[in-house]
Amino acid sequence: MEVTLAFVIGGLYAAGIYLMMRRSIVKLIIGLALLGHAANLLIFTIGRLVRGAPPIIDHGKTHLIGQFADPVPEALILTAIVIGFGVSAFAIVLIWRSHETVGTDDLDEMRSTDSFD
Amino acid sequence: MLLAVVSGFAAALFAPFIHRRLPRYSGWLFATLPAGLFVYFVSFSGRIAEAEPPRFAYTWLGSLGIDLTFHVDGLSLLFALLIAAIGALVIVYSGSYLAGHAEQGIFFSHMLAFMASMLGLVLADNAIVLFIFWELTSLSSYFLIGFDHRRAGARHAALQALLVTGLGGLALLAGLILMGSVFGTLEISQWMLTGDAIRFHVLYLPIVLLIAGAAFTKSAQIPFHFWLPNAMEAPAPVSTYLHSATMVKAGIYLLARLNPVLGDTVMWSALVTTFGAATMVTGAYLALVHVDLKRILAYTTISALGMMTMLLGIGTPIAIQACVVFLLAHALYKGALFLVAGAIDHATGVRDATRLGGLFGQMPVVAIAGLVAALSSAGVPPHLGFVGKELVYQALSEHLLNAILLGAMLLTSISFVAVAGVVGYRPFFEGMRDVAREPHPPGLSLCLGPALLAALGLIIGVAPGLVEHWLVAPAASAIGFQPVAVELALWHGFHYNLLLTLFAFATGMFVYSRWDGFRAVCTSLDASASFGPARGYDLLLTATSAAARATTRILQSGHLHFYLLTIVVTAIALIGGSLLTQHLPLGVSRWSDVRIHEFVLAVLVLAATVLVVRARKLITAVVSLGVVGYGVALFFLFFSAPDLAMTQFAIESLSVLLLVLVLFRLPEIERYSRTSERVRDAVPALIFGGLMTILVLTVTALSREARLAPFFAEHSYPDAKGMNVVNVILVDFRGLDTMGEITVLSIAAIGVFSLLKLFLKGKRESEGNP
Repeated sequence: MEVTLAFVIGGLYAAGIYLMMRRSIVKLIIGLALLGHAANLLIFTIGRLVRGAPPIIDHGKTHLIGQFADPVPEALILTAIVIGFGVSAFAIVLIWRSHETVGTDDLDEMRSTDSFD
Repeated sequence: MLLAVVSGFAAALFAPFIHRRLPRYSGWLFATLPAGLFVYFVSFSGRIAEAEPPRFAYTWLGSLGIDLTFHVDGLSLLFALLIAAIGALVIVYSGSYLAGHAEQGIFFSHMLAFMASMLGLVLADNAIVLFIFWELTSLSSYFLIGFDHRRAGARHAALQALLVTGLGGLALLAGLILMGSVFGTLEISQWMLTGDAIRFHVLYLPIVLLIAGAAFTKSAQIPFHFWLPNAMEAPAPVSTYLHSATMVKAGIYLLARLNPVLGDTVMWSALVTTFGAATMVTGAYLALVHVDLKRILAYTTISALGMMTMLLGIGTPIAIQACVVFLLAHALYKGALFLVAGAIDHATGVRDATRLGGLFGQMPVVAIAGLVAALSSAGVPPHLGFVGKELVYQALSEHLLNAILLGAMLLTSISFVAVAGVVGYRPFFEGMRDVAREPHPPGLSLCLGPALLAALGLIIGVAPGLVEHWLVAPAASAIGFQPVAVELALWHGFHYNLLLTLFAFATGMFVYSRWDGFRAVCTSLDASASFGPARGYDLLLTATSAAARATTRILQSGHLHFYLLTIVVTAIALIGGSLLTQHLPLGVSRWSDVRIHEFVLAVLVLAATVLVVRARKLITAVVSLGVVGYGVALFFLFFSAPDLAMTQFAIESLSVLLLVLVLFRLPEIERYSRTSERVRDAVPALIFGGLMTILVLTVTALSREARLAPFFAEHSYPDAKGMNVVNVILVDFRGLDTMGEITVLSIAAIGVFSLLKLFLKGKRESEGNP
């Protein structure tokens, strides 16, 4: 299954990076989201895939026994998902506002907006 | 000992405040510190003459092998005494030289800090500590040279000195670290015991070049000599202290200190002797070309430093002895002459030797001090300068290359005699004068320094026995790392060296009498002003900043996609490079374990991804992005990560909701770029994606050893009372991380809120107020 996911990850990376290099700022944000998915899946897959064995201790037991999914990458990704949401929420509002102010969506047109005039 | 070194820094901290309270007497007050240190160091003299040099160790960065270790052998003691004694006199002198200057307190502060750095430098036993103090002297001298910071010339000179000596400092650090790696310790006193090991080491050549580079920049040897005359922008006390007596001799100190370890090879002698001799002659020549008193003195200082370097390169016991005696003599007479030049400048406002004359009447004490010091520098008996110069001749006549070196030394002596006349005789005793204002007689504190230094040079010259056993012999022994018996005498009996001295006197006086004509000839011949090391420095500086500007313009283009392209291409090169060199198996044979629903999901996610990229409508892109997100969540669910799946579902729903909410306000997707640009971006993006696929394949094909998972599996319930291990990690084992995450989210929320809210207010104001 890692083989299949490897191609999904590659596709997500390629799409994310391609979109981030566009001049449209909306595409930049979408590309960033795709890149986030790619990175999460990368960490997840490199931590090895296990079917049907979540790292949850059974009732009456004191620790995980047998085969179980690695909890460390999962904890990392959980953090990344939430932070990723924070970033994209902020970015979405930011581009909305910047579009209202600057009146363009083209990043190349936005190079000197530091001055107020 | 630590207190002795650090006290200067402490005093520097409080100097401006003390000076504000006691502006009139602060010079005398601050001078008590170096005076006290002088007494403290004199107390070491008895112990050093006996045997083991005392060593002081204070724990600092023990794990790195760096402790604050100091030791006092003859060489350190000689320098420490010079630093403390001349420091005291110079500080008293600057009390009245800079009297009334608005920043005099800060000047004292820099001066004391410099003194402390210099003491630390000559006392340090640990190589890294030595380096730190070396850099501190460069830094504090930067402030001192640039003291008159309102003048561009002073700022330029200060920066030049800092850059040249700073470059040497980097070479020093590299050289010392290499030596430390060869010896396995950073304690210099330990190096001495195993010195032979390094001479046959493969790193010997780079080490010698680096150390010599450091010493040559600091001690203004050719081709780095140009910073020293320019540093004459500094006030006279600074020139006295830094550029004649102490700091420029730090390079000499370094060569002398490492002589037992690095010296005594053909390589070392050839390098150090050649550069020293070349510097000596060049300095002696340039001293005759200039008319500014301080510049003349600066060039003779360069010449003298070259002489000392040459003597260290020769490295015979008599040469080392000559070096020590000449170092002492030079510090005394050159210190005095710089102070005299400063006093003249202070009284008349003129430093041009051609315009000065007949000042004896106004300043008899300074005049006599200047004359005595000048006679010492010319090597006239019975001054210490004569004793030193005789030793130099003796050392050179023993050397193999004596013909060339003796000739160079003779030329230098002639120049020194002529310069002595220009600096020590002409301003006071010759008739002409072209000074705008009436000179005012200097006060006690301006006379004390030059008078005392000049007198010392005379007294020690008459009775060299005063210093030979407790000062000169231990210093020479430390440089040679073997006991040296020193017998100094004014009169060696009739020797053919004496003929050379007499010849130098006669020729030097002739050059002095024809000085104006000589200068005119030299200036017409002299092309060094238009091209030379100084010009090279300027070109290098301009080129460096031009290169920096060009690099910045290329790298910081202001185009986001260019930055991304740089990052992606770099990443491709690094990842691709290491994947190519590693030759790891891909393990594509693992196709078989895929299940049908997983495969369908993978195809679906990839299709949605393509759709996101190709979408012409924003709504299509947003919906497809949602599909990708939910697909990723399903992957989490399939592979034993229910927490991730739940979070991803929730977040994805929120994101899509947010996007849809602002969708009608967002600009529609537009195509700005041409097809060629899209291809330019698509190629690296696809390559990068492909590399990531290969990366995942190779990594997952390897066997993996999970070290953390068993720990959490073992401890989650007993220690944290939680059944869900992922949750336990987040809220307990790595609770602080989660705390940080919450903070980040709060900040993002505040950001979103303020963008939505505060901006509207501003807009309303601007709408109401067009």
